[in-house]
Amino acid sequence: MSQRQVLQGLEEYQKARLQFVQKVAEQATRPQNIETLQNAGVISLLRPLLLDVVPTIQQTAALALGRLANYSDDLAEAVVKGDILPQLVYSLAEQNRFYKKAAAFVLRAVGKHSPQRAQAIVDCGALDALVICLEDFDPGVKEAATWALGCISRHNAELSQAVVDAGAVPLLVLCIQEPEIALKRISASALSEISKHSPELAQTVVDAGAIAHLAQMILNPDAKLKQQVLSALGQIAKHSVDLAEMVVEAEIFPVVLTCLKDKDEYVKKNACTLIREIAKHTPELSQLIVNTGGVAAVTDCIGTCKGNTRLPGIMMLGYVAAHSENLAMAVIISKGVPQLSICLSEEPEDHIKAAAAWALGQIGRHTSEHARAVAVTNVLPVLLSLYMSTESSEDLQMKCKKAIKSILQKCTYLPALEPFLYDAPPNILKHVLGQFSKVLPHDSEARRLFVTSGGLRKVQEIQAEPGSLLQEYINSINNCYPEEVVRYYSPGYSDTLLQRVDSYQPITD
Amino acid sequence: MATLARLQARSGFVGNQYYFRNSVVDAFRKKENHAAVKIQSWFRGCQVRAYIRHLHRIATIIQKWWRGYLGRKHYQLLVEVAYYTMKMDLYNAMAVRIQRRWRAYKVRKYCFNYFCFKEYLQAVSEANDTIREVLQEFAEIQESEEKKAKLEREEKQREKEARKMHHLLSTKQIPGIYNSPFRKEPDPWELQLQKAKPLVSRRRRVGPKPSAGLANWLACTSARSFPQSDILPPIDRKPCQGPFRNISEVLEQRYKPLEPTLRVAQPVDEIKRAREEFRRQEWVRNITDKMFLPFSSYHKKEKYMPSMLSSSKYDPSSCGKQDFRSEDPRKWICDKDFQTVLPSFDLFSKYGKLYSKAGQIV
Repeated sequence: MSQRQVLQGLEEYQKARLQFVQKVAEQATRPQNIETLQNAGVISLLRPLLLDVVPTIQQTAALALGRLANYSDDLAEAVVKGDILPQLVYSLAEQNRFYKKAAAFVLRAVGKHSPQRAQAIVDCGALDALVICLEDFDPGVKEAATWALGCISRHNAELSQAVVDAGAVPLLVLCIQEPEIALKRISASALSEISKHSPELAQTVVDAGAIAHLAQMILNPDAKLKQQVLSALGQIAKHSVDLAEMVVEAEIFPVVLTCLKDKDEYVKKNACTLIREIAKHTPELSQLIVNTGGVAAVTDCIGTCKGNTRLPGIMMLGYVAAHSENLAMAVIISKGVPQLSICLSEEPEDHIKAAAAWALGQIGRHTSEHARAVAVTNVLPVLLSLYMSTESSEDLQMKCKKAIKSILQKCTYLPALEPFLYDAPPNILKHVLGQFSKVLPHDSEARRLFVTSGGLRKVQEIQAEPGSLLQEYINSINNCYPEEVVRYYSPGYSDTLLQRVDSYQPITD
Repeated sequence: MATLARLQARSGFVGNQYYFRNSVVDAFRKKENHAAVKIQSWFRGCQVRAYIRHLHRIATIIQKWWRGYLGRKHYQLLVEVAYYTMKMDLYNAMAVRIQRRWRAYKVRKYCFNYFCFKEYLQAVSEANDTIREVLQEFAEIQESEEKKAKLEREEKQREKEARKMHHLLSTKQIPGIYNSPFRKEPDPWELQLQKAKPLVSRRRRVGPKPSAGLANWLACTSARSFPQSDILPPIDRKPCQGPFRNISEVLEQRYKPLEPTLRVAQPVDEIKRAREEFRRQEWVRNITDKMFLPFSSYHKKEKYMPSMLSSSKYDPSSCGKQDFRSEDPRKWICDKDFQTVLPSFDLFSKYGKLYSKAGQIV
């Protein structure tokens, strides 16, 4: 009889623990409860329960801790300060798969907030345990461990190096080849986080043979997997020419372009980013992209999406055009310029406008042909208005100015230049007049048009300091015309004529 | 002599005279001396100047010639240089003309071939067009697939709905809500409902819960991670009072699938199926596919393969065919067996009689 009572007491205690832990874990899912829980000191209550004899209680306690730590950096710090990590790391190697999953979740939740937390995790020696978890049979455990490694390595190069030194990369590459989509996704994202920091880290990932497997998965129907794969390839390719060439050699080229037609915005964005990272290195790589029709695909892609998704595509066009005049011409015949000018006028955000302005400048700066192609899309007035607008950011103004300058210095298409005579500030007017002074002496038709359109009158009205560059240009324009014409169009000429009329004494017999 | 004498006579006078005269002259001597010096110096000056002038004239002549020589020489040099530069200018101009042509040719041919460039741009725009087309096609295919999947999903959803609402189907006697008698045509839902199968409430799965209960927690902890106590007996639920059946048994009984009659439950050809099943099981358990056959007749047809090392041409098949009695009874001379010299072995006398070829006992 007494034995039964004793057992009943124990049972009640066990039930109460389980209930408590489950309650906390459930309440931790709602953000509004978190503060109350934190103030009640729930972390110190949960800590002993991690060592509970009942595995369900342990797991649920770990889950609750993970949810709390997931919520904010303060709570993550509290978890670190509560000396919970070594315990988790110890049991990560020992326990069953459910517990492993929960422990990896806590590590992930702590490590994702800041480099200090991630460093704390690394200092506990969690990396080795996590790497061992990557060899587990259960895909859930692998997934959780991979995710934790990704969260640790995304902060900075040292942490990534620590992850690499723990030997995670070959196992991550094995994880990509697993059949589970979720595991593939997360391991691709972890590889991307590792390789984004430095060329050496990216090289390690490449040496583990990741590129071939990643490249195979570009055609996977799962959109999120595609996002991660493309981002990983982009992060690998961004560092150096060699790495970019390795990525290109995996024969990603016509295949990636199909991702530009994807429904998912992020797939498009990451595909554009990948192409941009490859194109920016050398003219040869850009040429390769142009030859496979990548520029047209990217141009279309820019046309079909909005906002930040456009940005990498715009930059890609700029990079390709910056390499050489042939490539810039290829961008022009791929109808990139109208698309960019649409972006420039449509997009509300300054940094996208700045990128579009920069890309246009890169396209137009090569020869007069290029400048003309840019100028006929009527983009120069837009650039000018952005430059003059007080609302645009400094960066945008700077980029617009540079673009205008580089286009104007090559532009010989006078109808596009004419409006600039009326509303451009002196520092831009200088370049405009410079172009007129170069073209007018050699083109009689243009001289005539210049007079009839009122350009010459406007030129006479410009106040220039004697001896300045502006004055020189004005003089050389004036030299193209007979003196009477110049005088006729100078301001105040009618007054002088009237004066002469006044002072004239008619000869009388 | 007289002269001498006269002279000697006059010598005193002469002496006086001489002295007198000298003394007279002495007064002028200094002056005259000065005058003489002046005269001489003038003269000598004239003389030297004349000489120097002469020398100068000569030097001028020499210089004139020399300078003339030098000048001519210099001029010649100048002319030569001028000629040379003129020549070089011409050559350079010609070279520039040649280089200009050559460079223009080279650039047009190799660096900036306009037609090549045009062709390249053409090719690029063609590539662009094809890739645009391909991508468009790809997108269309994707879209149509998606649309199809969506339609399918919707269809399934509707079907499910119909199965759920199957009770609204009209019966022979009572029209359902979708089959109003006041309308000409029944609602399309009615048809859908007719097609759908009624949704049978799913049976709950009976079985022990997989979650770690209180009873089995000790089973899943490993001995090394936890201090496992021997003292505590397993905490378990107090058994119910009374001679009740096990709860799982009861549940099984309750949720047993409906079995209307014995006949329906058991197929007619059950025995046949059971045999087949049994045979299949048998076959699965067999390790080899080949049947074990009785040894006596199984190897009979096989030809003896002589070992590579043995050289004998005799094999068991040759023995008894040629030298002994033929197996074909028609060829026998007499139909009696050979008389045996030695008492026969029992086994040999039954040879060929006990087992048939198919391995079955006769």
